[in-house]
Amino acid sequence: MYGWHGKLLRINLTTGTWRVEDIPEPWLRQYIGGRGVADRYLWEELDPKVDPVSPANKLIFATGPLTGTPAPCGARYMVVTKGYLTGAITTSNSGGHWGPALRFAGYDLLLLEGRAPQPVYVFIDDDHVEIRDAQAFWGKTVSETEDGIRNELGLPNVRIACIGPAGERLVRFACIMNDKHRAAGRSGVGAVMGSKNLKAIAVRGTRGIRVADPHGFMRAVWKFRQHLAESPARQGMTELGTAATIDLTQAFGGLPTRNFQQGQFEYYENLNGNSIKEKRMVANKACFACTIACGRVTRLPGEAADKYLVNTHPRNWRYAGEGPEYEAAWALGADTGVGDLDAVIKANWLCNDLGMDPISMGATLAAAMELYERGVLNDSITGIPLRFGSAEALIRMVEATAYREGFGHELAEGAKRMSEKFGHPEVFMGVKGQEFPAYDPRGFQGMGVAYATCNRGACHLRAWTPGLESQPGIDPHTPHGKAEWVAEEQNRTTAHDNSGICLFTAIGAPLSDIAECIAAATGIAFTYDDFVRAGERTWNLERLWNLRAGFTDKDDTLPERLLKVPHTSGPSKGVVVHLDEMLPVYYRVRGWDEHGVPRPEKLLELGLAGL
Amino acid sequence: MTKALMIVPNRCTGCMQCELACSFVQTGTFAPAYSMIRVHIFDEEASYAPYTCVQCQEAWCMTACPVNAIAVDGQTGAKIVLEQVCVGCHLCSIACPFGTVFTLPQSGKAAKCNLCGGQPACAVACPTVAIEWKEVDGVAPWFEPWGQAISQRHREAVAAMA
Repeated sequence: MYGWHGKLLRINLTTGTWRVEDIPEPWLRQYIGGRGVADRYLWEELDPKVDPVSPANKLIFATGPLTGTPAPCGARYMVVTKGYLTGAITTSNSGGHWGPALRFAGYDLLLLEGRAPQPVYVFIDDDHVEIRDAQAFWGKTVSETEDGIRNELGLPNVRIACIGPAGERLVRFACIMNDKHRAAGRSGVGAVMGSKNLKAIAVRGTRGIRVADPHGFMRAVWKFRQHLAESPARQGMTELGTAATIDLTQAFGGLPTRNFQQGQFEYYENLNGNSIKEKRMVANKACFACTIACGRVTRLPGEAADKYLVNTHPRNWRYAGEGPEYEAAWALGADTGVGDLDAVIKANWLCNDLGMDPISMGATLAAAMELYERGVLNDSITGIPLRFGSAEALIRMVEATAYREGFGHELAEGAKRMSEKFGHPEVFMGVKGQEFPAYDPRGFQGMGVAYATCNRGACHLRAWTPGLESQPGIDPHTPHGKAEWVAEEQNRTTAHDNSGICLFTAIGAPLSDIAECIAAATGIAFTYDDFVRAGERTWNLERLWNLRAGFTDKDDTLPERLLKVPHTSGPSKGVVVHLDEMLPVYYRVRGWDEHGVPRPEKLLELGLAGL
Repeated sequence: MTKALMIVPNRCTGCMQCELACSFVQTGTFAPAYSMIRVHIFDEEASYAPYTCVQCQEAWCMTACPVNAIAVDGQTGAKIVLEQVCVGCHLCSIACPFGTVFTLPQSGKAAKCNLCGGQPACAVACPTVAIEWKEVDGVAPWFEPWGQAISQRHREAVAAMA
């Protein structure tokens, strides 16, 4: 077998046993890899109604056929499980060096089941698999855990994915972190890992990835690389990172501010790509095989490092950390109204080191801030004033949430549960229990249907419409044509995830480049259409899984604020989201019935009949 | 004047394309464990350092080898390991002052950069021109200024911790 190893490593944490299995070859051909194959395993093995943090849930780490190859940005792996935040199937993507390391050890997928009797970590070194005691690392932060395990094993080149204190305490939006600053971030995959008493997975390997047609593969890789190298959008990403997007969303009135109460943020210039680059950035950082290097390594000098000191601070307080990326800069900045870049950087480092998703963290805090400003919450409940714009509140609450201390215990449940508890579910800004990321659908209409229909709850990575809707000649406020585009784009991005290539390559290289690489790597004549079709198949399988889990078309909706309350100023003034117009079109384009259930003909067409 | 690998660590982003390219040339597969160039990532220093054999004129690995398994490539001046002759005793790895003579994971034999016979793949693969293959004076002229910069940064980091 070329391209893939065709191997799954299954570890049962309850019994402490493991075995290597062959991945059914038809699954690899149907789904290409990564997310799709992992979805297929979940479909086969996991009851969709299972409690996400019970031992019955399964946690899959999945790589694609291009993970660990020189295809540009071939660094990605996906964590697939039932999400603790949403209860839906979740597919969280991360880069760094961990995914390639799993491939070099000889596995495409790692599946964990059961629950260890006490904290453990898994060490994988080619054929050697070991479940080791992790009591010494339980309670430690992400950077302490990584350094500690590396020291204990005596292997400087081992790659580690782990959870922080947030994952151990089942914070609903805890991440799995790898290489200290890379996160499989959303939907609470870290809490699922924590519920299994699994602190970390350390991997290294000496196996090679063989490709079917080495010369053809390198030619395809080189073409792909050239497209990226020549792309102006890629150049912008290298220079300014993802945070450059703040200028775009601000210009369109699509930068959600103060829990989506405004569409523009007056201090956006403090948080954008230029500001980060000029003030705090020390270097670019690339993930494995990445030729973009959008990662920002930042450092807080002198006095800036001493502001907002916290009790359990990570030891990289005076050193360099990574970020913020666009999403974190928005969630911890604009959404909470904090315009102080240094505070946002610190909050972001804290999220990384404590193992929490900064998007959900910032969004949940923003919802709490709105309740505080309205008088629903007061100091006796929250401990400190939660005013919009308070950097102090931001830093304190990030820390308190990870450890579930004080009001942090409420925030750790996510915005939906927190706002319901205090009787105001309307301040929850999200879908299927997951908080929105950083695009206001009133500024970019298409994001409305993208959010409402995403299988893992509100998400910007499944169909990113601002790229399209900011083009000249396209009206960002009309619902017409958006649902069709979103449905197709979801297929394309899902195919992307299956390949093991970073989604950001889409800014400069056509998707057909990836299809060519996959064909040369596997020796199977995949065409571009096959590749996108695999994405569509994956999307429909996830939809079926969610329907089985109890989700219905009622869950494909948006908060009232987006549907009925327009902004009163800015470029998106007067606009609301016309989801009622877009959703039926979306269902029709997808080949689903009026209740969003895939029709039998569609399933037959996709080879999913009988599922 | 000879051609040599010039490394500019400040340009490196830590992407490992050089390791992939090297292992591909050495083994025909993508396996960084077999790469003869290694990138070290110093996270909190925001520093990434590709390093490989500098092809010393007075090569200690060669002097140390008890079975004469390291020879000089007449074309490039590269010190190359004769795998058939090598007995895997590690003396060359111990002798190397730069830590760039490695041990192959499966065979246990020594392996080091052979400059790909005059067309180093790492230099071709590097997307940020941190590794260049060009005419230079002397052996690895980049090494000393870089070493100075690193030790300066180390002193500053120690001072900041105090």
